[in-house]
Amino acid sequence: MKKVLSNRWTKVVLFVLCLVPLAWLGWRAYKQDLTANPIEYITHFTGDWTIRFLLITLAVTPLRKLFNQPQLARFRRMLGLFAFFYGCLHLMTWLGLDKFFDLSEMWKDVIKRRFITAGMTAFLLMLPLAITSTAGWVRRLGFVRWQRLHRLIYFSALAGVVHYYWLVKSDIRLPLMYFAIWAVLMCYRAAVWLNTRRKVQRKERSGGQPSGQSGRVTIPSTASLPD
Amino acid sequence: MIIRKPSDLRYSAVTPKQVYLNRRRFLGAAPIALGALLGSRAAQATTKLAGVTKSSYTVDEKVTPLDVITHYNNFYEFGTDKEDPSRNAQNFRTSPWMVKVEGEVAKPKVLDLDALMKLAPLEERIYRHRCVEAWSIVVPWVGYSLNALLKEVEPTSKAKFVAFESYYDRKQMPQGTWAGLQFPYVEGLRLDEAMNPLALLAVGLYGETLPPQDGAPFRLVVPWKYGFKSIKSIVKIRLVEKMPPTTWNLSAPQEYGFYSNVNPEVDHPRWSQSKERRLGEFLKRNTLKFNGYGEQVASLYTGMDLRKNY
Repeated sequence: MKKVLSNRWTKVVLFVLCLVPLAWLGWRAYKQDLTANPIEYITHFTGDWTIRFLLITLAVTPLRKLFNQPQLARFRRMLGLFAFFYGCLHLMTWLGLDKFFDLSEMWKDVIKRRFITAGMTAFLLMLPLAITSTAGWVRRLGFVRWQRLHRLIYFSALAGVVHYYWLVKSDIRLPLMYFAIWAVLMCYRAAVWLNTRRKVQRKERSGGQPSGQSGRVTIPSTASLPD
Repeated sequence: MIIRKPSDLRYSAVTPKQVYLNRRRFLGAAPIALGALLGSRAAQATTKLAGVTKSSYTVDEKVTPLDVITHYNNFYEFGTDKEDPSRNAQNFRTSPWMVKVEGEVAKPKVLDLDALMKLAPLEERIYRHRCVEAWSIVVPWVGYSLNALLKEVEPTSKAKFVAFESYYDRKQMPQGTWAGLQFPYVEGLRLDEAMNPLALLAVGLYGETLPPQDGAPFRLVVPWKYGFKSIKSIVKIRLVEKMPPTTWNLSAPQEYGFYSNVNPEVDHPRWSQSKERRLGEFLKRNTLKFNGYGEQVASLYTGMDLRKNY
């Protein structure tokens, strides 16, 4: 497993895999099989995949730790950037094919319609993360600050799920499922955080002797440094 | 590798002896059999309606292709995805079919499909159909005015509203369980709305009986209201004194009112109603008040605040 994950071709394969949804959309477009309402189909399709990629990105760290596969961290940035990529497609579809690039109409909707406010929030929260995704930006910000900034993805994913929940008319199964996945991934982080704090407190009480484990819990993200 | 237990194989999966003994002949005949099967299915799904006359209640607009009308449906009993009903409603049993007409009437009736077909001369009417989701189609319906049926049962002076109820059968509509709506689907009209000749009881489209996903065998079409008012697969019509409950209003009262007239000036709380996408067109069109039927129906609402009575 470790060998596969650290192979440089694995990343290439994953990159191609991440493009499969887009290829599928292109194939259906080529076959003129985008349902009776192609614009709506494209909008929903790209929106769906934005949320999915956000959740996949959020799942990387828990999976990495639970299965002790530090190499997984290599793929996190790429997955996050794919979330941003599908998010851009989603936004452009809506802006171009629904609003016909009428920016004033767009802002009116953003302000007036809460599901669009939520969607726009999700997108805007992704924007700084995409910009600062390079190694240069990690250096410039310093890792701790960079990491803190990138916790915005928690809220971006939540805003995305809420955006979807507020859009549907009555069948809320899918948005609820996405929310459940988000909640599980966040619960994991909360549990880790509480656990770390408890250990730190215990350590302080016992006179600050570093225990063997503290290295792992207090600097949990060395393995997640961008490669 | 998955090693299946023998019990996974059912007798229904076993090739019948007759077939495997004659497999060569079977293979040779397969294309013909398949053709016959597809042909008979299509014939079974809808049948041509005879004696249909043209109606003056028709708009001169490009009619939406049948393929679109039958593959882009909101019929939540059969699933909430637009293409779900076309897949899930194919084996919907529409015969025998009984419609009860009751309540505040002098002559309550139970009508079978045959009686419904013969109740009044069938007319083809090309109507605009505007969904609350801001898309629209143009449909060549076949049917007759709802008032023809109402006159037959003679509403009493107490009758102020007409309540409609759809067929619901969990066995035939398992997808409905997850739709997030209460079924059976119910709808309603004020009596004067129901008596307006535009309110149509449809038994067909494109000159044939209704496909199941479009509300077979018998549905309502109210072209000046959002599509969800046009209740499908009706089994009960009840004349009542008080405003009856309606399904979408029960689900989200602040979003879907009893009237639900098409109105570009009154937005849905979550999206604009000023424009619509006619399926098959790229640019959006402006939505017309009362879906363009103001001349015939606007007088029904004089003096009413249409913002409050959305």
